[in-house]
Amino acid sequence: MTVLVLVETEAGQIRQASRSAITAATKLGDVHALVVGDAAGADEAAALTAKVPGVAKVLKAGADVLAHELAEPVADLIVSLAEGYSHIVAASTAVGKNILPRAAALLDVQPIPDVVGIVDADTFVRPIYAGNALATVKSSDAKKVLTVRATSFEPAPAEGGSAPVEAVNAAVQDTVSRFVSAQTPTSDRPELEAARVIVSGGRGLGSAENFNALLEPLADKLGAAIGASRVAVDSGYAPNDFQVGQTGKIVAPELYIAVGISGAIQHLAGMKDSKVIVAINKDAEAPILQVADYALVGDLFQIVPELTKDL
Amino acid sequence: MKILVPVKRVVDYNIKVLVKSDGTGVETAGLKMSMNPFDEIAVEEAIRLREKGVATEVIAVSIGVQQAQDTLRTAMAMGADRSILVLSDESPEPLAVAKVLKALVEREKPDLVFLGKQAIDDDMNATGQMLAGLLGWGQGTFASKVEIADGRAEVSREIDGGTETVSLALPAIITADLRLNEPRYASLPNIMKAKKKPLETIQAADLGVDMTRRLTTVSVAEPATRKAGITVGSVAELVGKLRNEAKVI
Ligand SMILES: Cc1cc2nc3c(=O)[nH]c(=O)nc-3n(C[C@H](O)[C@H](O)[C@H](O)COP(=O)(O)OP(=O)(O)OC[C@H]3O[C@@H](n4cnc5c(N)ncnc54)[C@H](O)[C@@H]3O)c2cc1C
Ligand SMILES: Nc1ncnc2c1ncn2[C@@H]1O[C@H](COP(=O)(O)O)[C@@H](O)[C@H]1O
Repeated sequence: MTVLVLVETEAGQIRQASRSAITAATKLGDVHALVVGDAAGADEAAALTAKVPGVAKVLKAGADVLAHELAEPVADLIVSLAEGYSHIVAASTAVGKNILPRAAALLDVQPIPDVVGIVDADTFVRPIYAGNALATVKSSDAKKVLTVRATSFEPAPAEGGSAPVEAVNAAVQDTVSRFVSAQTPTSDRPELEAARVIVSGGRGLGSAENFNALLEPLADKLGAAIGASRVAVDSGYAPNDFQVGQTGKIVAPELYIAVGISGAIQHLAGMKDSKVIVAINKDAEAPILQVADYALVGDLFQIVPELTKDL
Repeated sequence: MKILVPVKRVVDYNIKVLVKSDGTGVETAGLKMSMNPFDEIAVEEAIRLREKGVATEVIAVSIGVQQAQDTLRTAMAMGADRSILVLSDESPEPLAVAKVLKALVEREKPDLVFLGKQAIDDDMNATGQMLAGLLGWGQGTFASKVEIADGRAEVSREIDGGTETVSLALPAIITADLRLNEPRYASLPNIMKAKKKPLETIQAADLGVDMTRRLTTVSVAEPATRKAGITVGSVAELVGKLRNEAKVI
């Protein structure tokens, strides 16, 4: 069996989530990695992807219409390449979730999103109800289309392989949608999904000023990424891409420090697979304490500065 | 301009479901059911577009069991003009839902279909993208801002590294993310008025759509529970535990 994996690159690197998707795909068959972009972007992405051990071949699609990974042309491209592949795989990122279901519909396939376990070529485990249940589902479709949760598969190494690169015809047109702009501020902090440590803040911080003044020094000390609850994002304490949870990012760092977060099921869905969870909360009844390995009950405005100093 | 808004009846977001002891599914009997929260946001946005004079009619549709009419009444109490219930099993798959919606789009000819980004029961996050594919329309998923002008929709989308804006030719598909708006509560008079708004019921089979599931559920299990943690008494104790016991710093 041969598996087609859509690989994303960002800032001159393969996204860690895509390397996890490659690991998942190697469990299903030989891996062909598809990279897309404008001509230069596709060249760069192909060169990077060729080095990932486990990739048997890189398919490179370079065209202006593919520069921004818009769903319409990329899904058409995937469909045009689909023959001969038993599975089509991407990471459950914003890009993967946007594109793969569209490609699946065009192939008359029911996609299997957010795979956390592979039982066999047809059978997969995926969370439902915000991760409160794990469903094992068997697909009767001839071709499987899946997105995989990065936190459930060890990322393939970035270096060590040397796969051949093949240019594919990217004669896809985009008439219905157009990229306008992107606001993607860069930061020196690690990417949330790839971070070893995450410091995450909630409503308890009270304002954007407090959020930054308390969490940034702590994150600096720990080399951590910063996350947030939905309320913190909705209240403008943090940008939307900081949100951890059922409908935000799914993370599983070595250490997750939840500051002033109550632990609603939708938040827990995004972080309860973290290795060690610390909760700092003034309410001894807060549900976050039920998943915390270490809970410190008290006022975060005292605790966080003290913790930052002691580390 | 007409807007179609698919709304799903799901277990209320405040409820933590339990896995059935025989591992065949989750226990939903007797639980409070509500409109999928993302669909409330989609309904709200559609109504606002009508209030602004951009849209002329908002039609809510649900595919599911008879009780889904409650969800449609809620949509009409919020302000949808009329609704359509397509009878099928409970929680049909996105592929089947997308095919039903395609058939309704061909009948109703909306300029916009406004869905939620994700149903919080199956957590698929797929139907809008699939419908867009089946129709060959543009898609603006995970929308946090929408502007309609000159026959196009400009959609700001929440992506992993921030926000992106795309411009879609109409007709198009948009799926709502959390921060698009805050849905209104239906007032009592509007709930009363909604009872008189038209609600058409049709069978999925009458639309010629094959609803056969492609995924069979082999089993449903409870996720591993975390072992109980401890409450530490001080910052110093916490730092000590993280260093010496958990060894994560
Ligand atoms: C469809 C849907 C999807 C959702 N998706 C997500 C999601 O992806 N991620 C997410 O996070 N949420 C999500 N939510 C929202 C979720 O239900 C909760 O509302 C949210 O997580 C609560 O955020 P919070 O913990 O910051 O706020 P709160 O629940 O208000 O908790 C604040 C906590 O701070 C503590 N606190 C206050 N002051 C102090 C102090 N001085 N010192 C110490 N502790 C203090 C309080 O004791 C409390 O526990 C979703 C909701 C819906 C309906
Ligand atoms: N049975 C249904 N009836 C009406 N709308 C639905 C149904 N299933 C899914 N949808 C719509 O599709 C969106 C995404 O659902 P899903 O792809 O299942 O996560 C929902 O937010 C609804 O707008």
